[in-house]
Amino acid sequence: MINNGFIILAMKSFSEIETISKRASKAIGFSWGIAEEVGKGIKILELFGLAGIRNLNEYFNLKENNQYENLNLINEKNQSKKYPYCPIILGVSFLDQVNNLEKFKKIQLQKVAFPLLVLPFLSRSSAEIGKKILYKFDEYSFLLNLNVNISSQSFSNECPSNADNIEISFIDNKDNFREQDWKSLYKLSEKTFVKETDSLKIGAAGAGLTDND
Amino acid sequence: MQIKLRNPNIIMKLSRLGSFHQSKLSFLRSFLDEFRDWDYSNDLFDLDENGYGTAIYSFKKKNRVYSLICFANKINNHERSDRVIATKWDAAFTLYDGVPTKEDIERLKNEVPKQEVGRLSYKELTLSRANKSLRVFDHVVASLSEGKQPDLDLLGKVGYLYRTTAVYGSGKFGLADRFRIKDREEINGPFRLEMMLVYLVRQFTFDQVNHVAKFKNPKKAVKLDPEICKSLGIGNSTGLGMAPFIVNHPTLLNNWILCREKALKKIRETKNVQKDQYDLFKKSLKNSVKNITSWNTESEYQKKKINSLLQNVKKTLNFLETKFSFDIEYPFNKIYLWLEKETCDECIEYVVSIMMEPFDEIIKPLVSEMSSDEEKYFNIPTQKTVEDLKNIIENRYTDILKIDFNKKENIKNFWFISRNKEEPRYSNRFEEAGSELEQPLAIARDIKKLYEQLNFFKNNLKIDKFLSKHPSSRHVVRRAFIIDKFPYAEIQDNTIAENVVPVDMLRLKLSFFGALKFDPRSDKWLRICMFQGAPLPNELKDYDQQWVYNFSNEII
Repeated sequence: MINNGFIILAMKSFSEIETISKRASKAIGFSWGIAEEVGKGIKILELFGLAGIRNLNEYFNLKENNQYENLNLINEKNQSKKYPYCPIILGVSFLDQVNNLEKFKKIQLQKVAFPLLVLPFLSRSSAEIGKKILYKFDEYSFLLNLNVNISSQSFSNECPSNADNIEISFIDNKDNFREQDWKSLYKLSEKTFVKETDSLKIGAAGAGLTDND
Repeated sequence: MQIKLRNPNIIMKLSRLGSFHQSKLSFLRSFLDEFRDWDYSNDLFDLDENGYGTAIYSFKKKNRVYSLICFANKINNHERSDRVIATKWDAAFTLYDGVPTKEDIERLKNEVPKQEVGRLSYKELTLSRANKSLRVFDHVVASLSEGKQPDLDLLGKVGYLYRTTAVYGSGKFGLADRFRIKDREEINGPFRLEMMLVYLVRQFTFDQVNHVAKFKNPKKAVKLDPEICKSLGIGNSTGLGMAPFIVNHPTLLNNWILCREKALKKIRETKNVQKDQYDLFKKSLKNSVKNITSWNTESEYQKKKINSLLQNVKKTLNFLETKFSFDIEYPFNKIYLWLEKETCDECIEYVVSIMMEPFDEIIKPLVSEMSSDEEKYFNIPTQKTVEDLKNIIENRYTDILKIDFNKKENIKNFWFISRNKEEPRYSNRFEEAGSELEQPLAIARDIKKLYEQLNFFKNNLKIDKFLSKHPSSRHVVRRAFIIDKFPYAEIQDNTIAENVVPVDMLRLKLSFFGALKFDPRSDKWLRICMFQGAPLPNELKDYDQQWVYNFSNEII
């Protein structure tokens, strides 16, 4: 039904998205604690306009008849033995271990199923360590900024069901602009200041002229 | 004088929590206080001669409008049921964010009466339905249409014209998620919009009964006396659906209880109490006795509690009249210590609630501390160690660790979600099928299991490593770290034990809502009354703050 130009009845609330994702994850075999993480993760994806529900459903449909490896301890380079990594266990492990992983600067993984499902865990990890995280697979790249926003050139509902090569990089906290641009703006901002006369120097500040007491 | 907050290991026992009563901190009272200077109006009243149709009520202030849309429908008597399995109700309601358009009303007319199987949108904030108390409603219509006021004895036995059977919010069935509205100043307190819905539904019930009586006998009919209206509340039937809420929202539960405990601590620490403050306390306590003597229930469990409460409140009043002088330092501390020594849990908590009446300066700032940003505490601090976690469990779950979960009576029940109605249920795991689909609400059992698992690991092992070995305990690891920060977040009892009384969990929550007259109909559901004695919407600008105790009690 259309109301005020919006199709509103088709919309699920984020609370419903979280609850259903959690219950479905428990039903497919994850523990309640992991299922809670999935619920939060799918809500984050959908809030940012990414295809969380679709990817989760497709993964669970395949999971019933396919095998996936659990990556419980993440290293700098991670190569699955036979089957693709489960994105949920990978995501939870990353979140749990992020304080130790940060030292690697860049983490490489080979063969990960439904890589979009890892993204919310990385977004939360970014907030946990206070650094941006760059997540790249195939032609997709996402910059995760402290779980506040996600930037990407590839916001589409299509996301691969498998990614062969994944890179997760920790971005050091540094200015995102040139020093010369900063200086130029600073100089401009000085035009809002009042030049102090001798009289203003004496009377307009709180402290005295000397502090030799 | 420094008074310690009361011990969570005592206060958070279910039997104690099930003895809580409404107070100035209760949500329906803080709702009235917040909305007292809003403009109330009845914007639409399009009902036929039988009282079926649509009505809209609103609260407005500056650019903000909240509109209750009511749909009253004809149902057959055999279709009327308070149970969650019902599919039709006498009336269905939604609170709309703003002023609904004609298109909104048409859309909602199709969806709201369907309740759980309808679809709402982010423009709707809460959803509810209610059934008539048929014997009261019909009697009131008959009396008014004959130009008489109704039989006050009958009204007194029930206390309301309608009872709601569920009130939904926070994203259920497509309703607005809480995060969309949580920063609004006027709803900086839990369940404020749910309270608004119930309060406006109460007014609708009065308007509807007057309307039907008028159509029945236009020449003779009179309106229901406003004083009688005020003495009527809105009923509510509540089942197990509420119980998991207080387990699933630990930081919120903590904040509710912590505010109550902080209030009591500050009142006990008040050195010099003014005479008018003490008089207000004593008057409220004295007046409240009628709320106990008019508290009707068929439940033997509740009857015993009411009798004990009545005896103990009388004993307290006698103590205050004959053996106590408020003209001492820290008078409320002395009263509290006397209560602990001389009365029962139910009476202690009852009087604690009434102690808050004279202390607006203590209570009002606490009201805004009763919500919680739960997401902030979701992440597990995985850099902590096994030793850290063991210490938390030993300190926060002292009595829980003593329970032997190998005994059948300690694991007798399980919580599950019914496939039919997607609602929580509670059953005997040894007699009923389905315990393999148990909900994660057996916190005591799972915490003890976690503690036993931790004993197999080195103390300095980090939690991330432990979790990789025991993912099945993740939900209680998260919980233990939350409970470490929030002392009143956990029920200190085994919620699956043979002797657990689930209505205690419901009662705890309902006391914070502000409910009166808990009437357990079994150990799993109860009826209550809300807003009985509350000012009518057109009286909100200036009303008696102690209405709970002072309202005209001719009918009760």
